[in-house]
Amino acid sequence: MPTPLPPGGPPALRNISPRPRQKTGWWALPPVVALAFVFLYPLVLLVQQSLTPLEGGTSVRPYADVFADPAFREALGTTVWLALAATVGCLVLGFVLALVIAFVPFPGAKAVARFVDVFLSFPSFLITLALLFVYGTVGMANGMWTDVTGAASGPFQFLTTPWGVLLAEITYFTPFVMRPLLAAFSQIDTAQIEAASSLGAKAPRIVRQIILPEALPALAAGGSLVLIMCLNEFGIVLFTGAKGVTTLPTLVYSKAILESDWTGACVVAVVNVVISVSLYGLYRVVSRRAGA
Amino acid sequence: MLVHSRKGKWTLWALFLVLFVPLFALPLLVIVAASFATNWSGAFPSGPTVEHYAAATRGESLEALTTSLVTALAASLLALLMGSWAALAAHALPKRGKRLLDTLFVLPVAVPSVVVGLAVLVAFSQPPFLLNGTRWIVILAHTVLVTAFAYQSVSAAIVRLDPAYEQAAASLGAKPSYVLWKVKLPLLLPSLNAAAGLCFALSMGELSATMMLYPPDWMPLPVRIFTATDRGSLFTGSAVAVVLMGATLLVLLAVSRIRTRASYR
Repeated sequence: MPTPLPPGGPPALRNISPRPRQKTGWWALPPVVALAFVFLYPLVLLVQQSLTPLEGGTSVRPYADVFADPAFREALGTTVWLALAATVGCLVLGFVLALVIAFVPFPGAKAVARFVDVFLSFPSFLITLALLFVYGTVGMANGMWTDVTGAASGPFQFLTTPWGVLLAEITYFTPFVMRPLLAAFSQIDTAQIEAASSLGAKAPRIVRQIILPEALPALAAGGSLVLIMCLNEFGIVLFTGAKGVTTLPTLVYSKAILESDWTGACVVAVVNVVISVSLYGLYRVVSRRAGA
Repeated sequence: MLVHSRKGKWTLWALFLVLFVPLFALPLLVIVAASFATNWSGAFPSGPTVEHYAAATRGESLEALTTSLVTALAASLLALLMGSWAALAAHALPKRGKRLLDTLFVLPVAVPSVVVGLAVLVAFSQPPFLLNGTRWIVILAHTVLVTAFAYQSVSAAIVRLDPAYEQAAASLGAKPSYVLWKVKLPLLLPSLNAAAGLCFALSMGELSATMMLYPPDWMPLPVRIFTATDRGSLFTGSAVAVVLMGATLLVLLAVSRIRTRASYR
Protein backbone atom coordinates (compact mmCIF):
# COMPACT_ATOMS: atom_id res chain seq x y z
CA MET A 1 0.00 0.00 0.00
CA PRO A 2 1.72 3.22 -1.11
CA THR A 3 1.42 6.12 1.28
CA PRO A 4 -0.99 8.72 -0.15
CA LEU A 5 0.68 11.70 -1.70
CA PRO A 6 -0.20 15.19 -0.49
CA PRO A 7 -2.53 17.07 -2.85
CA GLY A 8 -0.62 18.32 -5.86
CA GLY A 9 2.12 15.75 -5.35
CA PRO A 10 5.50 16.22 -3.69
CA PRO A 11 7.43 19.39 -4.59
CA ALA A 12 9.80 17.49 -6.90
CA LEU A 13 6.89 16.52 -9.15
CA ARG A 14 5.68 20.06 -9.67
CA ASN A 15 8.99 20.87 -11.27
CA ILE A 16 8.76 18.22 -13.97
CA SER A 17 5.05 18.27 -14.71
CA PRO A 18 5.07 21.35 -17.01
CA ARG A 19 7.40 19.66 -19.49
CA PRO A 20 5.01 16.95 -20.80
CA ARG A 21 2.07 19.34 -20.51
CA GLN A 22 3.43 21.72 -23.13
CA LYS A 23 3.95 18.94 -25.67
CA THR A 24 0.80 16.94 -25.13
CA GLY A 25 -1.53 19.30 -27.01
CA TRP A 26 -0.17 18.08 -30.33
CA TRP A 27 -0.85 14.47 -29.41
CA ALA A 28 -4.59 15.10 -29.58
CA LEU A 29 -4.30 16.06 -33.23
CA PRO A 30 -4.04 12.67 -35.06
CA PRO A 31 -7.25 11.12 -33.66
CA VAL A 32 -9.13 14.40 -34.10
CA VAL A 33 -8.02 14.66 -37.73
CA ALA A 34 -8.97 11.01 -38.30
CA LEU A 35 -12.43 11.50 -36.80
CA ALA A 36 -12.93 14.72 -38.74
CA PHE A 37 -12.14 12.86 -41.97
CA VAL A 38 -14.42 9.86 -41.38
CA PHE A 39 -17.26 11.63 -39.54
CA LEU A 40 -17.36 15.44 -39.78
CA TYR A 41 -16.43 15.59 -43.47
CA PRO A 42 -19.29 13.19 -44.39
CA LEU A 43 -21.72 15.22 -42.24
CA VAL A 44 -20.73 18.45 -43.99
CA LEU A 45 -21.27 16.82 -47.40
CA LEU A 46 -24.63 15.50 -46.17
CA VAL A 47 -25.80 19.01 -45.33
CA GLN A 48 -24.42 20.31 -48.63
CA GLN A 49 -26.28 17.59 -50.55
CA SER A 50 -29.51 18.44 -48.70
CA LEU A 51 -29.24 22.01 -50.03
CA THR A 52 -28.72 20.91 -53.63
CA PRO A 53 -31.98 20.49 -55.55
CA LEU A 54 -32.12 18.31 -58.68
CA GLU A 55 -31.85 21.34 -60.98
CA GLY A 56 -28.50 22.24 -59.37
CA GLY A 57 -27.46 25.33 -57.45
CA THR A 58 -27.98 25.93 -53.77
CA SER A 59 -31.35 26.61 -52.18
CA VAL A 60 -33.62 25.66 -49.31
CA ARG A 61 -36.27 24.45 -51.76
CA PRO A 62 -35.66 20.77 -50.88
CA TYR A 63 -36.53 21.55 -47.25
CA ALA A 64 -39.76 23.27 -48.24
CA ASP A 65 -40.64 20.32 -50.47
CA VAL A 66 -40.00 17.73 -47.77
CA PHE A 67 -41.86 19.67 -45.06
CA ALA A 68 -44.86 19.97 -47.37
CA ASP A 69 -44.84 16.23 -48.03
CA PRO A 70 -47.62 14.50 -46.00
CA ALA A 71 -45.57 11.27 -45.88
CA PHE A 72 -42.81 13.14 -44.05
CA ARG A 73 -45.22 14.71 -41.58
CA GLU A 74 -46.79 11.37 -40.85
CA ALA A 75 -43.37 9.74 -40.35
CA LEU A 76 -42.35 12.55 -38.00
CA GLY A 77 -45.55 12.16 -35.97
CA THR A 78 -45.23 8.37 -35.81
CA THR A 79 -41.57 8.61 -34.76
CA VAL A 80 -42.29 11.04 -31.95
CA TRP A 81 -45.34 9.32 -30.46
CA LEU A 82 -43.74 5.87 -30.72
CA ALA A 83 -40.56 7.11 -29.00
CA LEU A 84 -42.51 8.88 -26.23
CA ALA A 85 -44.80 5.91 -25.60
CA ALA A 86 -41.90 3.45 -25.62
CA THR A 87 -39.97 5.63 -23.17
CA VAL A 88 -42.90 5.79 -20.75
CA GLY A 89 -43.39 2.04 -21.05
CA CYS A 90 -39.69 1.32 -20.45
CA LEU A 91 -39.61 3.62 -17.41
CA VAL A 92 -42.63 2.02 -15.74
CA LEU A 93 -41.63 -1.56 -16.54
CA GLY A 94 -37.95 -1.01 -15.77
CA PHE A 95 -38.79 0.62 -12.42
CA VAL A 96 -41.05 -2.24 -11.32
CA LEU A 97 -38.61 -4.96 -12.41
CA ALA A 98 -35.56 -3.25 -10.88
CA LEU A 99 -37.52 -2.66 -7.66
CA VAL A 100 -38.26 -6.37 -7.29
CA ILE A 101 -34.66 -7.41 -8.12
CA ALA A 102 -33.17 -4.92 -5.67
CA PHE A 103 -35.58 -4.88 -2.73
CA VAL A 104 -37.56 -8.13 -2.82
CA PRO A 105 -34.69 -10.37 -3.93
CA PHE A 106 -35.36 -14.00 -4.78
CA PRO A 107 -32.95 -16.86 -5.42
CA GLY A 108 -31.46 -16.21 -8.84
CA ALA A 109 -32.04 -12.44 -8.82
CA LYS A 110 -28.31 -11.90 -9.48
CA ALA A 111 -28.46 -14.21 -12.48
CA VAL A 112 -31.42 -12.23 -13.82
CA ALA A 113 -29.43 -9.00 -13.44
CA ARG A 114 -26.56 -10.58 -15.41
CA PHE A 115 -28.99 -11.81 -18.06
CA VAL A 116 -30.11 -8.21 -18.51
CA ASP A 117 -26.49 -7.25 -19.27
CA VAL A 118 -26.18 -9.98 -21.90
CA PHE A 119 -29.47 -8.84 -23.39
CA LEU A 120 -27.91 -5.43 -24.07
CA SER A 121 -25.19 -6.92 -26.28
CA PHE A 122 -27.65 -8.39 -28.80
CA PRO A 123 -28.92 -6.42 -31.78
CA SER A 124 -32.45 -5.02 -31.56
CA PHE A 125 -33.90 -6.70 -34.64
CA LEU A 126 -33.68 -10.12 -32.96
CA ILE A 127 -36.63 -9.05 -30.79
CA THR A 128 -38.81 -8.37 -33.81
CA LEU A 129 -37.74 -11.68 -35.33
CA ALA A 130 -38.76 -13.44 -32.11
CA LEU A 131 -42.09 -11.61 -31.92
CA LEU A 132 -42.91 -12.92 -35.40
CA PHE A 133 -42.90 -16.43 -33.91
CA VAL A 134 -44.77 -15.41 -30.77
CA TYR A 135 -47.52 -13.14 -32.12
CA GLY A 136 -47.17 -13.59 -35.90
CA THR A 137 -50.07 -14.76 -38.06
CA VAL A 138 -49.04 -18.40 -37.57
CA GLY A 139 -47.09 -17.92 -34.34
CA MET A 140 -47.39 -19.32 -30.85
CA ALA A 141 -50.20 -17.17 -29.45
CA ASN A 142 -52.42 -17.43 -32.51
CA GLY A 143 -51.60 -21.14 -32.83
CA MET A 144 -52.71 -21.72 -29.26
CA TRP A 145 -55.91 -19.77 -29.89
CA THR A 146 -56.81 -21.72 -33.04
CA ASP A 147 -55.97 -25.02 -31.32
CA VAL A 148 -58.26 -24.25 -28.40
CA THR A 149 -61.19 -22.54 -30.14
CA GLY A 150 -60.94 -24.14 -33.58
CA ALA A 151 -61.16 -20.74 -35.25
CA ALA A 152 -59.47 -20.20 -38.61
CA SER A 153 -57.24 -17.40 -37.39
CA GLY A 154 -56.13 -15.96 -34.07
CA PRO A 155 -56.93 -12.56 -32.56
CA PHE A 156 -53.33 -11.29 -32.47
CA GLN A 157 -52.83 -9.29 -35.66
CA PHE A 158 -51.09 -6.22 -34.26
CA LEU A 159 -47.52 -7.09 -35.25
CA THR A 160 -47.41 -5.09 -38.47
CA THR A 161 -49.06 -2.05 -36.85
CA PRO A 162 -47.30 0.59 -34.73
CA TRP A 163 -48.31 -1.44 -31.64
CA GLY A 164 -45.99 -4.26 -32.72
CA VAL A 165 -43.11 -1.80 -33.04
CA LEU A 166 -44.02 -0.35 -29.63
CA LEU A 167 -43.99 -3.78 -27.97
CA ALA A 168 -40.60 -4.62 -29.52
CA GLU A 169 -39.10 -1.28 -28.50
CA ILE A 170 -40.31 -1.58 -24.91
CA THR A 171 -38.90 -5.11 -24.74
CA TYR A 172 -35.53 -4.18 -26.15
CA PHE A 173 -34.95 -0.87 -24.38
CA THR A 174 -36.22 -1.64 -20.85
CA PRO A 175 -32.81 -3.09 -19.80
CA PHE A 176 -31.25 0.29 -20.63
CA VAL A 177 -33.44 1.79 -17.88
CA MET A 178 -32.92 -1.10 -15.48
CA ARG A 179 -29.13 -0.87 -15.45
CA PRO A 180 -28.76 2.70 -14.09
CA LEU A 181 -31.71 2.06 -11.75
CA LEU A 182 -30.09 -1.04 -10.23
CA ALA A 183 -26.90 0.97 -9.75
CA ALA A 184 -28.88 3.76 -8.01
CA PHE A 185 -30.80 1.28 -5.82
CA SER A 186 -27.58 -0.27 -4.57
CA GLN A 187 -26.64 3.17 -3.17
CA ILE A 188 -29.77 3.50 -1.04
CA ASP A 189 -29.13 2.95 2.65
CA THR A 190 -31.27 -0.03 3.68
CA ALA A 191 -31.35 1.26 7.26
CA GLN A 192 -33.56 4.09 6.02
CA ILE A 193 -36.06 1.60 4.65
CA GLU A 194 -35.93 -0.55 7.78
CA ALA A 195 -36.51 2.52 9.96
CA ALA A 196 -39.47 3.69 7.89
CA SER A 197 -40.97 0.25 7.87
CA SER A 198 -40.54 -0.23 11.64
CA LEU A 199 -42.30 3.11 12.14
CA GLY A 200 -45.26 1.63 10.30
CA ALA A 201 -44.83 2.84 6.71
CA LYS A 202 -46.30 0.46 4.17
CA ALA A 203 -44.42 -0.58 1.03
CA PRO A 204 -46.16 1.87 -1.38
CA ARG A 205 -45.31 4.78 0.92
CA ILE A 206 -41.66 3.69 1.22
CA VAL A 207 -41.41 3.46 -2.56
CA ARG A 208 -43.00 6.88 -3.00
CA GLN A 209 -41.13 8.76 -0.27
CA ILE A 210 -37.72 7.08 -0.05
CA ILE A 211 -36.94 5.05 -3.15
CA LEU A 212 -38.48 7.23 -5.86
CA PRO A 213 -36.70 10.47 -4.88
CA GLU A 214 -33.36 8.61 -4.85
CA ALA A 215 -34.08 7.01 -8.21
CA LEU A 216 -35.25 10.16 -10.01
CA PRO A 217 -31.85 11.14 -11.48
CA ALA A 218 -31.27 7.59 -12.74
CA LEU A 219 -34.80 7.51 -14.17
CA ALA A 220 -34.24 10.84 -15.94
CA ALA A 221 -30.90 9.75 -17.39
CA GLY A 222 -32.11 6.31 -18.46
CA GLY A 223 -35.35 7.72 -19.83
CA SER A 224 -33.72 10.35 -22.00
CA LEU A 225 -31.20 7.82 -23.34
CA VAL A 226 -34.04 5.47 -24.28
CA LEU A 227 -35.96 8.34 -25.88
CA ILE A 228 -33.03 9.10 -28.18
CA MET A 229 -32.45 5.45 -29.05
CA CYS A 230 -36.15 4.96 -29.83
CA LEU A 231 -36.18 8.03 -32.08
CA ASN A 232 -33.25 6.58 -34.01
CA GLU A 233 -34.30 2.92 -34.02
CA PHE A 234 -34.13 1.33 -37.44
CA GLY A 235 -33.74 -2.45 -37.16
CA ILE A 236 -36.97 -3.07 -35.26
CA VAL A 237 -39.09 -1.08 -37.71
CA LEU A 238 -37.38 -2.61 -40.75
CA PHE A 239 -37.88 -6.18 -39.53
CA THR A 240 -41.54 -5.58 -38.77
CA GLY A 241 -41.92 -5.32 -42.51
CA ALA A 242 -44.96 -3.11 -42.07
CA LYS A 243 -45.57 -0.74 -44.93
CA GLY A 244 -47.87 1.25 -42.66
CA VAL A 245 -45.20 2.10 -40.07
CA THR A 246 -42.67 4.66 -41.29
CA THR A 247 -40.33 6.46 -38.93
CA LEU A 248 -37.69 9.05 -39.79
CA PRO A 249 -34.79 6.54 -40.03
CA THR A 250 -36.77 4.18 -42.29
CA LEU A 251 -37.86 7.17 -44.38
CA VAL A 252 -34.18 8.06 -44.87
CA TYR A 253 -33.51 4.47 -45.94
CA SER A 254 -36.43 4.18 -48.33
CA LYS A 255 -35.82 7.59 -49.92
CA ALA A 256 -32.11 6.91 -50.45
CA ILE A 257 -31.96 3.22 -51.34
CA LEU A 258 -35.39 2.42 -52.75
CA GLU A 259 -36.25 5.73 -54.48
CA SER A 260 -32.70 7.06 -55.08
CA ASP A 261 -33.94 10.50 -53.97
CA TRP A 262 -30.62 11.55 -52.42
CA THR A 263 -31.48 15.16 -51.72
CA GLY A 264 -34.76 14.22 -50.02
CA ALA A 265 -33.03 11.55 -47.94
CA CYS A 266 -30.40 14.05 -46.85
CA VAL A 267 -33.06 16.59 -45.83
CA VAL A 268 -34.84 14.01 -43.65
CA ALA A 269 -31.47 12.93 -42.26
CA VAL A 270 -30.58 16.51 -41.29
CA VAL A 271 -33.94 16.91 -39.50
CA ASN A 272 -33.34 13.62 -37.68
CA VAL A 273 -29.83 14.71 -36.64
CA VAL A 274 -31.05 18.06 -35.33
CA ILE A 275 -33.74 16.42 -33.16
CA SER A 276 -31.43 13.70 -31.91
CA VAL A 277 -28.36 15.85 -31.19
CA SER A 278 -30.34 18.47 -29.29
CA LEU A 279 -31.98 15.75 -27.17
CA TYR A 280 -28.56 14.22 -26.60
CA GLY A 281 -27.23 17.54 -25.32
CA LEU A 282 -30.15 17.58 -22.88
CA TYR A 283 -29.34 14.01 -21.83
CA ARG A 284 -25.70 14.93 -21.13
CA VAL A 285 -26.82 17.79 -18.90
CA VAL A 286 -29.33 15.58 -17.06
CA SER A 287 -26.94 12.67 -16.60
CA ARG A 288 -24.14 14.94 -15.42
CA ARG A 289 -26.50 16.32 -12.81
CA ALA A 290 -27.43 12.74 -11.91
CA GLY A 291 -23.77 11.92 -11.49
CA ALA A 292 -24.10 9.01 -13.90
CA MET B 1 -36.34 -6.08 2.46
CA LEU B 2 -39.26 -3.96 1.36
CA VAL B 3 -42.12 -6.42 1.76
CA HIS B 4 -42.28 -8.61 4.83
CA SER B 5 -45.46 -10.61 4.49
CA ARG B 6 -45.13 -13.95 2.76
CA LYS B 7 -48.23 -13.35 0.65
CA GLY B 8 -46.98 -9.97 -0.55
CA LYS B 9 -43.62 -11.39 -1.52
CA TRP B 10 -45.07 -14.23 -3.54
CA THR B 11 -47.48 -11.87 -5.29
CA LEU B 12 -44.58 -9.62 -6.30
CA TRP B 13 -42.48 -12.54 -7.49
CA ALA B 14 -45.38 -13.85 -9.53
CA LEU B 15 -45.83 -10.39 -11.07
CA PHE B 16 -42.11 -10.32 -11.86
CA LEU B 17 -42.30 -13.71 -13.57
CA VAL B 18 -45.39 -12.72 -15.56
CA LEU B 19 -43.63 -9.57 -16.81
CA PHE B 20 -40.10 -10.88 -17.20
CA VAL B 21 -40.50 -14.28 -18.81
CA PRO B 22 -42.75 -13.43 -21.78
CA LEU B 23 -40.97 -10.15 -22.45
CA PHE B 24 -37.29 -11.03 -22.07
CA ALA B 25 -36.64 -14.75 -21.75
CA LEU B 26 -39.22 -15.93 -24.28
CA PRO B 27 -37.92 -14.04 -27.34
CA LEU B 28 -34.46 -15.57 -27.15
CA LEU B 29 -35.83 -19.06 -26.43
CA VAL B 30 -38.28 -18.74 -29.30
CA ILE B 31 -35.50 -17.93 -31.77
CA VAL B 32 -33.50 -20.95 -30.61
CA ALA B 33 -36.59 -23.17 -30.81
CA ALA B 34 -37.49 -21.90 -34.28
CA SER B 35 -33.99 -22.55 -35.57
CA PHE B 36 -34.52 -26.29 -34.95
CA ALA B 37 -38.04 -26.44 -36.44
CA THR B 38 -39.46 -26.96 -39.92
CA ASN B 39 -42.92 -25.74 -39.12
CA TRP B 40 -44.65 -23.51 -36.57
CA SER B 41 -48.38 -23.41 -37.10
CA GLY B 42 -49.63 -24.54 -33.67
CA ALA B 43 -48.72 -23.48 -30.17
CA PHE B 44 -45.34 -25.19 -30.46
CA PRO B 45 -42.85 -25.70 -33.27
CA SER B 46 -42.86 -29.04 -35.05
CA GLY B 47 -40.61 -31.13 -37.25
CA PRO B 48 -37.28 -31.04 -35.40
CA THR B 49 -34.33 -30.66 -37.76
CA VAL B 50 -30.76 -29.41 -37.85
CA GLU B 51 -30.95 -28.65 -41.56
CA HIS B 52 -31.12 -24.87 -40.98
CA TYR B 53 -27.79 -25.01 -39.23
CA ALA B 54 -26.32 -26.88 -42.17
CA ALA B 55 -27.60 -24.02 -44.35
CA ALA B 56 -26.44 -21.41 -41.84
CA THR B 57 -22.85 -22.66 -41.80
CA ARG B 58 -22.14 -22.98 -45.50
CA GLY B 59 -22.23 -20.91 -48.68
CA GLU B 60 -23.65 -17.42 -48.39
CA SER B 61 -24.21 -17.58 -44.63
CA LEU B 62 -20.69 -18.81 -43.86
CA GLU B 63 -19.36 -16.00 -46.03
CA ALA B 64 -21.56 -13.55 -44.09
CA LEU B 65 -20.18 -14.89 -40.80
CA THR B 66 -16.55 -14.39 -41.83
CA THR B 67 -17.46 -10.98 -43.28
CA SER B 68 -19.00 -9.96 -39.94
CA LEU B 69 -16.08 -11.31 -37.91
CA VAL B 70 -13.47 -9.56 -40.08
CA THR B 71 -15.45 -6.29 -40.11
CA ALA B 72 -16.03 -6.35 -36.35
CA LEU B 73 -12.39 -7.19 -35.63
CA ALA B 74 -11.03 -4.47 -37.92
CA ALA B 75 -13.55 -1.87 -36.74
CA SER B 76 -13.02 -2.55 -33.05
CA LEU B 77 -9.22 -2.49 -33.35
CA LEU B 78 -9.31 0.79 -35.27
CA ALA B 79 -11.87 2.26 -32.87
CA LEU B 80 -9.82 1.14 -29.88
CA LEU B 81 -6.70 2.75 -31.31
CA MET B 82 -8.46 6.00 -32.19
CA GLY B 83 -10.65 6.12 -29.07
CA SER B 84 -7.99 5.35 -26.48
CA TRP B 85 -5.45 7.62 -28.17
CA ALA B 86 -7.96 10.45 -28.07
CA ALA B 87 -8.95 9.66 -24.48
CA LEU B 88 -5.31 9.64 -23.31
CA ALA B 89 -4.55 12.86 -25.17
CA ALA B 90 -7.72 14.52 -23.87
CA HIS B 91 -6.80 13.68 -20.29
CA ALA B 92 -3.56 15.65 -20.63
CA LEU B 93 -5.28 18.69 -22.13
CA PRO B 94 -6.51 21.70 -20.16
CA LYS B 95 -10.17 21.61 -19.17
CA ARG B 96 -11.58 23.39 -22.22
CA GLY B 97 -9.68 21.23 -24.66
CA LYS B 98 -10.85 18.11 -22.88
CA ARG B 99 -14.48 19.19 -23.05
CA LEU B 100 -14.12 19.88 -26.76
CA LEU B 101 -12.69 16.41 -27.39
CA ASP B 102 -15.40 14.84 -25.20
CA THR B 103 -18.12 16.49 -27.27
CA LEU B 104 -16.48 15.60 -30.57
CA PHE B 105 -15.98 11.94 -29.74
CA VAL B 106 -19.44 11.26 -28.32
CA LEU B 107 -21.18 13.03 -31.20
CA PRO B 108 -21.37 9.83 -33.32
CA VAL B 109 -23.60 8.30 -30.60
CA ALA B 110 -26.04 11.18 -30.87
CA VAL B 111 -26.28 10.97 -34.65
CA PRO B 112 -28.64 8.19 -35.81
CA SER B 113 -26.71 5.27 -37.34
CA VAL B 114 -28.79 5.38 -40.51
CA VAL B 115 -27.66 8.97 -40.99
CA VAL B 116 -24.02 8.02 -40.34
CA GLY B 117 -24.44 5.40 -43.07
CA LEU B 118 -25.99 7.90 -45.48
CA ALA B 119 -23.35 10.56 -44.75
CA VAL B 120 -20.48 8.12 -45.27
CA LEU B 121 -22.10 6.90 -48.47
CA VAL B 122 -22.55 10.44 -49.80
CA ALA B 123 -19.01 11.49 -48.87
CA PHE B 124 -17.17 8.45 -50.18
CA SER B 125 -19.09 7.97 -53.43
CA GLN B 126 -17.55 11.10 -54.92
CA PRO B 127 -14.00 12.11 -55.71
CA PRO B 128 -11.47 12.56 -54.20
CA PHE B 129 -12.27 9.58 -51.98
CA LEU B 130 -14.00 6.77 -53.85
CA LEU B 131 -14.72 3.88 -51.51
CA ASN B 132 -18.28 3.05 -52.54
CA GLY B 133 -18.67 -0.60 -53.50
CA THR B 134 -15.66 -1.77 -51.51
CA ARG B 135 -15.52 -3.48 -48.14
CA TRP B 136 -13.60 -0.51 -46.73
CA ILE B 137 -16.70 1.67 -46.65
CA VAL B 138 -18.45 -0.84 -44.35
CA ILE B 139 -15.42 -1.08 -42.04
CA LEU B 140 -15.11 2.71 -42.00
CA ALA B 141 -18.77 3.22 -41.06
CA HIS B 142 -18.57 0.62 -38.29
CA THR B 143 -15.41 2.27 -36.96
CA VAL B 144 -17.16 5.65 -36.78
CA LEU B 145 -20.12 4.11 -34.92
CA VAL B 146 -18.11 2.25 -32.25
CA THR B 147 -15.26 4.74 -31.67
CA ALA B 148 -17.47 6.78 -29.35
CA PHE B 149 -18.03 3.79 -27.07
CA ALA B 150 -14.29 3.01 -26.96
CA TYR B 151 -13.55 6.65 -26.14
CA GLN B 152 -16.17 6.81 -23.39
CA SER B 153 -15.12 3.64 -21.57
CA VAL B 154 -11.38 4.33 -21.80
CA SER B 155 -11.77 7.92 -20.67
CA ALA B 156 -13.92 6.81 -17.71
CA ALA B 157 -11.14 4.38 -16.75
CA ILE B 158 -8.41 7.05 -17.00
CA VAL B 159 -10.26 9.24 -14.51
CA ARG B 160 -10.31 6.37 -12.01
CA LEU B 161 -6.59 5.72 -12.47
CA ASP B 162 -4.53 6.60 -9.39
CA PRO B 163 -2.17 9.40 -10.51
CA ALA B 164 0.36 8.32 -7.85
CA TYR B 165 1.70 5.55 -10.09
CA GLU B 166 2.64 7.74 -13.03
CA GLN B 167 3.88 10.50 -10.75
CA ALA B 168 6.11 8.00 -8.97
CA ALA B 169 7.46 6.72 -12.30
CA ALA B 170 8.03 10.25 -13.56
CA SER B 171 9.74 11.32 -10.34
CA LEU B 172 12.13 8.40 -10.82
CA GLY B 173 13.10 9.88 -14.17
CA ALA B 174 10.91 7.91 -16.61
CA LYS B 175 10.14 9.69 -19.88
CA PRO B 176 6.45 10.28 -20.71
CA SER B 177 6.53 7.63 -23.45
CA TYR B 178 7.99 5.11 -20.99
CA VAL B 179 5.36 5.97 -18.39
CA LEU B 180 2.66 5.47 -21.01
CA TRP B 181 3.93 2.03 -22.14
CA LYS B 182 5.04 0.60 -18.82
CA VAL B 183 2.64 2.17 -16.33
CA LYS B 184 -0.51 3.64 -17.84
CA LEU B 185 -1.34 1.13 -20.57
CA PRO B 186 -0.83 -1.97 -18.38
CA LEU B 187 -3.07 -0.40 -15.74
CA LEU B 188 -5.67 0.40 -18.38
CA LEU B 189 -5.52 -3.08 -19.93
CA PRO B 190 -8.69 -4.41 -18.23
CA SER B 191 -10.80 -1.49 -19.44
CA LEU B 192 -9.23 -1.61 -22.91
CA ASN B 193 -10.33 -5.23 -23.02
CA ALA B 194 -13.83 -4.39 -21.92
CA ALA B 195 -14.02 -1.62 -24.52
CA ALA B 196 -12.83 -4.03 -27.22
CA GLY B 197 -15.55 -6.52 -26.28
CA LEU B 198 -18.23 -3.84 -26.34
CA CYS B 199 -17.09 -2.52 -29.74
CA PHE B 200 -16.97 -6.03 -31.16
CA ALA B 201 -20.49 -6.89 -29.99
CA LEU B 202 -21.90 -3.61 -31.32
CA SER B 203 -20.24 -4.04 -34.69
CA MET B 204 -21.42 -7.67 -35.00
CA GLY B 205 -25.04 -6.59 -34.56
CA GLU B 206 -24.91 -3.35 -36.53
CA LEU B 207 -27.65 -3.23 -39.17
CA SER B 208 -28.82 0.36 -39.78
CA ALA B 209 -25.71 1.91 -41.30
CA THR B 210 -24.73 -1.34 -43.00
CA MET B 211 -28.07 -1.52 -44.85
CA MET B 212 -27.24 1.83 -46.44
CA LEU B 213 -23.84 0.96 -47.85
CA TYR B 214 -22.94 -2.74 -48.03
CA PRO B 215 -21.58 -3.87 -51.39
CA PRO B 216 -22.95 -7.19 -52.76
CA ASP B 217 -19.70 -9.05 -52.07
CA TRP B 218 -19.39 -7.88 -48.46
CA MET B 219 -22.65 -8.76 -46.73
CA PRO B 220 -22.46 -9.01 -42.91
CA LEU B 221 -24.61 -11.40 -40.84
CA PRO B 222 -27.38 -8.98 -39.77
CA VAL B 223 -28.07 -8.09 -43.41
CA ARG B 224 -28.07 -11.80 -44.26
CA ILE B 225 -30.66 -12.40 -41.52
CA PHE B 226 -32.78 -9.60 -42.92
CA THR B 227 -32.65 -10.87 -46.52
CA ALA B 228 -33.48 -14.42 -45.33
CA THR B 229 -36.52 -13.34 -43.28
CA ASP B 230 -37.62 -10.83 -45.92
CA ARG B 231 -37.76 -13.69 -48.43
CA GLY B 232 -39.92 -15.63 -45.96
CA SER B 233 -37.36 -18.20 -44.80
CA LEU B 234 -37.90 -17.37 -41.13
CA PHE B 235 -36.41 -20.62 -39.83
CA THR B 236 -33.12 -20.25 -41.70
CA GLY B 237 -33.06 -16.65 -40.53
CA SER B 238 -33.35 -17.76 -36.91
CA ALA B 239 -30.57 -20.32 -37.33
CA VAL B 240 -28.31 -17.57 -38.69
CA ALA B 241 -29.43 -15.35 -35.78
CA VAL B 242 -28.44 -18.07 -33.29
CA VAL B 243 -25.04 -18.30 -35.03
CA LEU B 244 -24.72 -14.50 -34.66
CA MET B 245 -25.63 -14.59 -30.95
CA GLY B 246 -23.31 -17.55 -30.35
CA ALA B 247 -20.36 -15.91 -32.09
CA THR B 248 -20.90 -12.65 -30.17
CA LEU B 249 -21.19 -14.45 -26.83
CA LEU B 250 -18.07 -16.57 -27.51
CA VAL B 251 -16.00 -13.48 -28.26
CA LEU B 252 -17.37 -11.66 -25.18
CA LEU B 253 -16.53 -14.69 -23.05
CA ALA B 254 -12.99 -14.89 -24.45
CA VAL B 255 -12.51 -11.17 -23.84
CA SER B 256 -13.76 -11.42 -20.24
CA ARG B 257 -11.30 -14.29 -19.60
CA ILE B 258 -8.43 -12.12 -20.83
CA ARG B 259 -9.76 -9.37 -18.62
CA THR B 260 -9.71 -11.46 -15.45
CA ARG B 261 -6.20 -12.62 -16.27
CA ALA B 262 -5.07 -9.07 -16.93
CA SER B 263 -6.50 -7.78 -13.67
CA TYR B 264 -4.44 -10.30 -11.68
CA ARG B 265 -1.21 -8.94 -13.12
